[in-house]
Amino acid sequence: MTDLTNAVNTTERLDREETRVAAADAAARGKRGASSIRMQGLRKQFGRDAIALAGVDLDIHAGEFFTLLGPSGCGKTTLLRILAGLEEADDGQLTIGGKDVIDTPPHQRSVNTVFQSYALFPHLSVRENLAFGLKMRGVAAKAREAKVAEIARFIQLGDLVDRRIDQLSGGQRQRIALARALVCEPDVLLLDEPLSALDAGLRSQLQVELLRVQKRLGMTFVFVTHDQDEAMVMSDRIAVLDDGHIQQVGPPQEVYERPVNAFVARFMGHGNLYRIHRRDGSRLSTEIGTLQMDGDSQGELVLMRPETLDLKPGHVEGPNHLPGTITERLYRGSHAEFRINIADTTLQATVNNRGRRLPNVGDEVTVVVAPEDLVTLSE
Amino acid sequence: MSTNTIAVMGRSQGMVREARHLLFTVAPGALWIVIFLVLPSLYLMAVAFMTNGPYGLPQMPLSLNSFKQLAGVGFLGWSPGNLYTLLRSLWQTLVATGLVVLVAYPLAYYITTCRAKWRPIMLLLVVVPSWTNQVIRTFGWMNLLAPGTPLSNAAEVLGFISPNMGLYPSNFAVTLGLVYNFLPFMVLPLYAAFEKLDTAQVEAAQDLYAKPTRAFWHAVFPQTLPGLLAGIVLVAIPAFGMYVIPELLGGGKAMMLGNLVATQFSGGSNWPLGAAGAILMLIATFIGLFAMRRIGKRLGGGEEVVI
Repeated sequence: MTDLTNAVNTTERLDREETRVAAADAAARGKRGASSIRMQGLRKQFGRDAIALAGVDLDIHAGEFFTLLGPSGCGKTTLLRILAGLEEADDGQLTIGGKDVIDTPPHQRSVNTVFQSYALFPHLSVRENLAFGLKMRGVAAKAREAKVAEIARFIQLGDLVDRRIDQLSGGQRQRIALARALVCEPDVLLLDEPLSALDAGLRSQLQVELLRVQKRLGMTFVFVTHDQDEAMVMSDRIAVLDDGHIQQVGPPQEVYERPVNAFVARFMGHGNLYRIHRRDGSRLSTEIGTLQMDGDSQGELVLMRPETLDLKPGHVEGPNHLPGTITERLYRGSHAEFRINIADTTLQATVNNRGRRLPNVGDEVTVVVAPEDLVTLSE
Repeated sequence: MSTNTIAVMGRSQGMVREARHLLFTVAPGALWIVIFLVLPSLYLMAVAFMTNGPYGLPQMPLSLNSFKQLAGVGFLGWSPGNLYTLLRSLWQTLVATGLVVLVAYPLAYYITTCRAKWRPIMLLLVVVPSWTNQVIRTFGWMNLLAPGTPLSNAAEVLGFISPNMGLYPSNFAVTLGLVYNFLPFMVLPLYAAFEKLDTAQVEAAQDLYAKPTRAFWHAVFPQTLPGLLAGIVLVAIPAFGMYVIPELLGGGKAMMLGNLVATQFSGGSNWPLGAAGAILMLIATFIGLFAMRRIGKRLGGGEEVVI
């Protein structure tokens, strides 16, 4: 039985017996489709001065959902294309599953890609699109049909296989593109912003679906996105890229809560970043006021995430109490965002709506932050 | 006045405006086509079924004589001359179109790979010759290919032709003239197809284990097919009816259907036979177009390829 059959059966079993999830996943993970990737000193330059990658070292574990996150032009797509073999690195080493593939052309790499534009073949039917990779690999027609039927069942697009590509919606095309890559059972699946063309609702639905597929197959997924929410929802680990450099690698929680520099802090969500003027042990004198940290600190900036802050009405004295005035209030139903003027600097705070009276613009409030929620970092 | 009447008046005014609009936009073109295309074509068809008069002019009664003549039946019995001319026309068209494709396909691709600022200039270089009169250009080829010219001498030394024969007049010269003449009509639609080529599809094919040649046939060629078919139609139809090039470069030895028809209206003076030849040409063209549509549909995966 093929891995995919296993996975399909696994899927069905999972639906019946939720408790077997972990065991089935572990079984799938031990098989093919789970290769590690090692990148060393990967460089790529376009033209004379457009440096896409300035020496990237990165290890991606087998069976991991790994995300390359960064703004447009940060080099994330270039890195993915180098993994696929569609772009040649100027310098550096790349091994996939322990095999050196830096000089291997794309059609000889056991890696498949889900393209941002899906890149389905419009002159072929859905079935022919799904069978394409197997056909190119020389899989016999019978086996091809069986595998296509399997994957169609797995991705739940059974009734679409005889359609033409131009008869499909965006979400359906996305699923076909995923299925076309998965049916080849690659060692690594590469996904280049596969959800960016979809509307918000469909997008979050497919995020969950994609995540389930990855967990059930235990395949190594390398996912590229510029959307930090998407990255955090889906990834086992995230690498944040900027300017061709890797800024930070770690699990979503670590990257969000303990960013190593101001770029990561800002990119992962709204951060209140303030310059530290002076330091007296764990006491910081900052542009927004005096703050007490837990333990030692490094770097010249202090970060307060908006959702870690508490608001008290009126001006109250105390440690890590910052008195200010509300200048803006954005009511968002489940929570509200406030912009608060403190010592002529602006601070953003998010408060969950728990039926309490929310302060209004012009109200005097005191912002309270716990010492353990303060993070210091460098520029 | 009730509101109802006003509404009716309004509607009729709208219709009047609509009619006037049609009169000014569509009518001139329609009139032009009726007077200069539909009526002459009908006249031509009528002529084909008439009898040849003493000075080659058509006259009554109606008959199928001209079609019989076209098929080679003469007062001396059957001769295959006209059939040969038809076959030669088809063959010349096929060979010339094939060669045009072979030259234009890589050329169009090459132009799309050039820097954006060079592309219009290169396209211009392809198109510029067609701005000169076709007769003049063909005379140019005559001078280049005539006996005693460097090209003819070279061909002679290499053993392609007998001594003092020259490359012109010959079937080869006709083919060359056709290829040269129709190249721009193939390059332009192919260039348009290559320019909007979705490279992601090519990358997807490579990513899905297709070797470069297979990636070409599965991801590049289908995308250029509409341009290719458009180019074939633009080249093959006029080539099939070509008159000037076979007349000048063939030296009367490589007659095509166009020459046969032209002769009947001038020198040979047999209008009904010329008209029958023109109708035959039209039928062959329609068969060709129909075949192209079928091929396009088949290769395009059932997708309509508009020609």
